[in-house]
Amino acid sequence: MQNECVGATATRQRGWRWQSGAIAIPLLIALLVVCPVLIVASTLVTPTSAIWQHLWETLLPLMLANTVLLLVGVGVGTLVLGAGLAWLVTAYEFPGRSAFSWMLLLPMAMPAYIMGFVFMATFDAAGPVQGFLRTHWGGAGWFPEVRSPVGAIVVMTLVLYPYVYMLARAGYRGISASSLEAARILGHGPVSFFWRVAFPISRPAIAAGVVLALMEALADFATVRFFNFPTLADGVVRVWHGMMDLRAASELAGLLSLFALVAILIERSMRGRTRYHEAGGKSPGLSRIQLAGGWKWALTALCSLVVGVAFVMPTAQLISWALTEVVRLPTGAARVYLELAGHSLMLASIAAAVAVFLALILASGVRVLGQSTARFLATVATTGYAVPGPVFAVGILLTLTPLDHALNRVLESWAGFTVGLVLTGSLVGLTYGYVARFLAVAYQSTDAGLEKIRPNVTAAAKVLGAGPWRLLRQIHLPLAAPGLIVGAALVFVDVMKELPITVMLRPFGYDTLAIWVWQMAAESIWTGAALPALAIVAVGLVPVVLLTRAAQGD
Amino acid sequence: MTMRAVKASSAVRGIKLVVAVLIVAALGLFTLAGGRGVEAAQGGGVVNVYSSRHYGVEPVFVEFTKETGIGVRFTTGSDAALRERIRAEGRFTLADVYLAVDAGNLWLAARDGLLQVVESATLTRNIPKHLRDSGNRWFGLTRRVRTIMYHPDRVKPAELSTYEALADPRWRGRLAMRPATHPYTQSLVASLIAAHGEARAEEIVRGWVANRPQLIDSDTRILETLAAGAADVAITNHYYLGRLLEANPAFPIKIFWANQGPGERGVHVNISGAGITTHAPNRANAQQFLEWLSGPRGQGLFSASNHEYPANPEAPVHPIVATFGEFRADNLDLGELGRLQADAIRLLDRAGYR
Repeated sequence: MQNECVGATATRQRGWRWQSGAIAIPLLIALLVVCPVLIVASTLVTPTSAIWQHLWETLLPLMLANTVLLLVGVGVGTLVLGAGLAWLVTAYEFPGRSAFSWMLLLPMAMPAYIMGFVFMATFDAAGPVQGFLRTHWGGAGWFPEVRSPVGAIVVMTLVLYPYVYMLARAGYRGISASSLEAARILGHGPVSFFWRVAFPISRPAIAAGVVLALMEALADFATVRFFNFPTLADGVVRVWHGMMDLRAASELAGLLSLFALVAILIERSMRGRTRYHEAGGKSPGLSRIQLAGGWKWALTALCSLVVGVAFVMPTAQLISWALTEVVRLPTGAARVYLELAGHSLMLASIAAAVAVFLALILASGVRVLGQSTARFLATVATTGYAVPGPVFAVGILLTLTPLDHALNRVLESWAGFTVGLVLTGSLVGLTYGYVARFLAVAYQSTDAGLEKIRPNVTAAAKVLGAGPWRLLRQIHLPLAAPGLIVGAALVFVDVMKELPITVMLRPFGYDTLAIWVWQMAAESIWTGAALPALAIVAVGLVPVVLLTRAAQGD
Repeated sequence: MTMRAVKASSAVRGIKLVVAVLIVAALGLFTLAGGRGVEAAQGGGVVNVYSSRHYGVEPVFVEFTKETGIGVRFTTGSDAALRERIRAEGRFTLADVYLAVDAGNLWLAARDGLLQVVESATLTRNIPKHLRDSGNRWFGLTRRVRTIMYHPDRVKPAELSTYEALADPRWRGRLAMRPATHPYTQSLVASLIAAHGEARAEEIVRGWVANRPQLIDSDTRILETLAAGAADVAITNHYYLGRLLEANPAFPIKIFWANQGPGERGVHVNISGAGITTHAPNRANAQQFLEWLSGPRGQGLFSASNHEYPANPEAPVHPIVATFGEFRADNLDLGELGRLQADAIRLLDRAGYR
């Protein structure tokens, strides 16, 4: 008894000491990651008024309105599709359910700009659908304008809903059969159970998914352009590439990151103040509800429709383009593709592993070190996700090159030789860029995973004398593993699709699949873009499916 | 006890796997980065190109290597991104040559001190004066002509004349054009400003906007839209038609050279071109590379690879492009396109051209 008391006091003192020291680690991560954003945002302090005045008088009001419209549209769309479909495949049994449960993830591997073009090529005035209408119904005058805000929102929703779907499914998985049983006894049907139990419990995970989708939508500058739908991100690139004013573009990007902060704050409020934690122990999970004939086929039809429109149709179009191209491929093309795919795979794996590792430290830090400071650092570290890629890439470049030049100056004066650029244009710099940009993705999933761990577990471990590393390794890591795996898969896919940072920072002549897609797409050679795009989809999908299956444990 | 059970779960094995992959990958990362650096440092027989052109350039480079023994290594990117990279890399840049499309980009690179002066009798002889920088920091290599396209079933060539005339209300609802975000539109409008001054140019653009053109961000798609019958007249670059005709000789769209009438300035021409970077590590090779590209052989290959017109008047023209016939070009100093580009964008914004 006596001994135990002494032990506890000693632990508390030790705990206090490591707290003040350990905050340095999340602080360092946040600093490293936020540097590019800071460089971009620092231009906001002294705005260049001429361009702002011009923008305000011309496009800025429209861009702001469009950005809000896009956020609302994509937010509602991904929430309904993502959370809804995830619930259907979790709670109900219907023909094809287990196949749909992973097939619904497939659209995630489709880069939004590819989806945008395929959509356009299919439905615009020169596309087959309107062509068919013209030949067989003598006109397609009534056909809605494809290059419209609705078109942009639909396409973005279709490629982004899997983010919500994936996280929501991970969220629902924690719901035990006993809670559904309890709800039944209390007279609540499955629908009521969803609204009263499943949705509230999974709210942190769903909110995390929605905020990711919103940040992707905010940062997109390529897809919106297909639809003549100028948003703030489009404006940033417009000002940089067109008016050749990087400074004004950075200022606009700074404004954009304010939107991102708002999105994060909305997410925090969506999570609500209340915390839900499943009662402990290993639960058998929900037993699925069997539906009557008509209903179960309705669910099958709904899932087929989503998978069909968001994945099968665009993939079929890509395949048909690729087939016309394959016959013209020179010999040795297969080797080139293999090399490109290898580069993409390697970059994506490295970035995913590093990002998840850092995210775990940040998210665990929030729980170990107390909420306010660490939570703030974590929020700061994730804003890079909403800055449009091209400007973020410049931020990275402007972060790395001073270091490179300083290193060379030091070497030159001390040792009389230089080593050239070791960070810029190397895989180290590229990885840094990816991690800084996509840490938000890893963090959201990891955090949502940790959120479900009851605080008293953490508290108990602390009282029992576990240090921060032991806590992380032995408690948080195993319990949050599904969230971590989801985070890794999301970062992996994001890096596979990523373009501006890769274009700007890759080593000389180091090409990836996404680079090839872009090179062909930039010249409007869509048949040529189809093959590497398909390769992205294929390479990106395998790990997603494998990881989610591993996370499910089936 | 509980902890041990959790620890043994498959999820943890997954995490361990990820960590192992991370370590292996990190090792690979450093060796790979190192390997590339060494290759670059040797440098002797190569020229390094930062190129925003990526379509069809590789066979041309291969041919250059075959003739000179100098290897060509290139990396691609958007014009603006490559400029930022050259600027940031400073004296350690690997880039010898900046190969860009749109005169505005070359003009800007020269203005920002990223390109050096090249005194070469070969280059000044091969490339006409209005297609290169007055200070010899960049040289046009191919000409791309932006002009009027039409569907012969619905439009008679006699109805067409100038870019300006497309502002006439008779074209309401019949035009297809590229959005204001694209440099092709921007440099065309810059040439209008150079020819007419801002006020008149804005009137013309407002006239286009009043005709409610379909704005399509791909010249190829614009031509396909004409062919499908959803628009009658468009403005695109000539080589997209060349490309479509090569794939399908029966493609129905015809080309019309704009602004050819007496007293008119001629059709709008832009270039792709190149300059040698200020800190080029392989300067002599770079100069040889540019000179070869400006000669008859390099010009023929380089322009034909994308159905463009060579900058060197002596060089042969691709046979499909030759069927487009003769035209008179607007001989505006191309540096002006760069200087006026930002004005052009502001004008487009004011006129409501999206």
